[in-house]
Amino acid sequence: MSISKEEVMKVANLARLELSPDEVESMTDQLATILGYVDKLDGIDCRDIAPTTHVLAIENAFRDDVVQPSLSQAEALANGPLHNGEAFVVPRVI
Amino acid sequence: MELSALTIHQVQELLAKGETSSVEVTNAVFERMTAVEPQVAAYITENRDQALAQAANADAMRGRGEGGALCGIPLAIKDVICTKGLRTTAGSRILENFIPPYDATVMEKLQDQGAVCVGKVSMDEFAMGSGNENCAFGTPHNPWHLDHICGGSSGGSAAAVAADECMASLGSDTGGSIRQPASHCGMVGLKPTYGRVSRFGLLAFASSLDQIGPITKDVADAALMLNAIAGYDPRDSTSAQVATPDYTKALVAGLDGLTVGVPEEYFGAGLDPEVEGVIRHGIDQLKAAGAKVKEVSLPHTEYGVAAYYIIAPAEASSNLARYDGVRYGRRDMDANSLVDLYRRSRSQGFGDEVKRRILIGTYALSSGYYDAYYKKASQVRTLIVEDYKQAFSQCDVLVSPVTPTPAWRIGEKTSDPLSVYLSDLLTIPANLAGVPGMSVPCGFSGAGLPIGLQLQGSHFSEETLLRVAHNLELRLDIAGKKPAL
Repeated sequence: MSISKEEVMKVANLARLELSPDEVESMTDQLATILGYVDKLDGIDCRDIAPTTHVLAIENAFRDDVVQPSLSQAEALANGPLHNGEAFVVPRVI
Repeated sequence: MELSALTIHQVQELLAKGETSSVEVTNAVFERMTAVEPQVAAYITENRDQALAQAANADAMRGRGEGGALCGIPLAIKDVICTKGLRTTAGSRILENFIPPYDATVMEKLQDQGAVCVGKVSMDEFAMGSGNENCAFGTPHNPWHLDHICGGSSGGSAAAVAADECMASLGSDTGGSIRQPASHCGMVGLKPTYGRVSRFGLLAFASSLDQIGPITKDVADAALMLNAIAGYDPRDSTSAQVATPDYTKALVAGLDGLTVGVPEEYFGAGLDPEVEGVIRHGIDQLKAAGAKVKEVSLPHTEYGVAAYYIIAPAEASSNLARYDGVRYGRRDMDANSLVDLYRRSRSQGFGDEVKRRILIGTYALSSGYYDAYYKKASQVRTLIVEDYKQAFSQCDVLVSPVTPTPAWRIGEKTSDPLSVYLSDLLTIPANLAGVPGMSVPCGFSGAGLPIGLQLQGSHFSEETLLRVAHNLELRLDIAGKKPAL
């Protein structure tokens, strides 16, 4: 399956990436090559095969609903590039 | 021999006899780093002051009769594992200044033993790569041939161990990232069974494939490291509630009663004849040690890379959505809308390979393509799992090359991502099936580049892998060979 420049730009937008015109050009070529290679999966008949998303038979992992120690507000904010001591600050949304 | 050149178990013996101290060993490692780091460039962040304090503490622990087998041992940690208070970059500009507020579970386990962390080592950005050429902070050099790659993504780990800049290292393996650099640098690399080691505090790349494991100078050290890090962790909901044995007990001489499977698909077109020769010689050694050798088939091996390059990027595109410039990491301060902030921070922070994989993953999961790509790849994954089940009904362990060729020259493949992806075709299937895999030094190419032999076993068969690896090591007698730096 081939991929167009428009599709690459659409996917970049979905992924919240900004690509320069040069990057769109080279990514389109490279993605086309990689997706072309992946097309070899088309040769396998998988109609009755269940997909595998997890390799070990682990059921839902539950624990008791007990409060555990967690990061303090100051520790949680420490790596934030912009905060006001109480919350992370972002550009106005509304 | 220099202290820095010793293995963990050799240092242990000296420490036990009181013939050296952890402070002395740690200083020896830092002297070695000063001497060879300008050529090797294995480290992103050195941890000199803290490490010497940890070493002094380890000596005190030992004096009180406390500490585990790794007490006082200098280790290097791949820069994708969170270390509280010590910068953790994942090899990316986007995390250039990230100081984790907590330790990964494996770090807590190492600290409980009294291990010393001498620094954080280089890696491909977010563990995406096979040559460690995608690191934002430079490419480490193969200690055996400085103009060659050390492999990836745990390239810094393998280089630091091979260059005696630490006793051992922790890496991570999503599609071969422990085994492949271990092979290229002539070290022992062990990717445990999925779920054997907690992933809590490992910066996620592809959560259904990632696993932490050791890179060491010999097989006994791999057993010691696995003893320290294996086990159930309630903070990782995918970690397995399976009892952990003492892996050092697996190191027994002789392979009587064991059947080694040789998968024909791993010896196909594209395999370098020198690599094949070294691996066939290794198989002869296992036979001489008492193993039965049997041809087996894993017919879907050739589809592993294609399935992986849908599944891993799909998971990565979701996992890496968290790097948005808000809670941690790089932020574009001029953005004037939230979407702009995400877009600009991510575009400036991520390198080309990471962007490429995010795009592939987003595409594969996007509306209209999900069935054709992600679902199909997950079905092929089932076929690969079935291949292994079939093979392990006929043999105890699979023996093969780790990589089709020895290490390549730095820069040789940077313009061709697909050719780099294809270099992982022999290591990827183990991650898709979650089985343990190991690289053991087996020989050298004519040019003097190391070649590793790969062992794969069924889930939780690490003891079998270690036993086979130990016997190969005993017969080949190359474990002590050092690069001329």
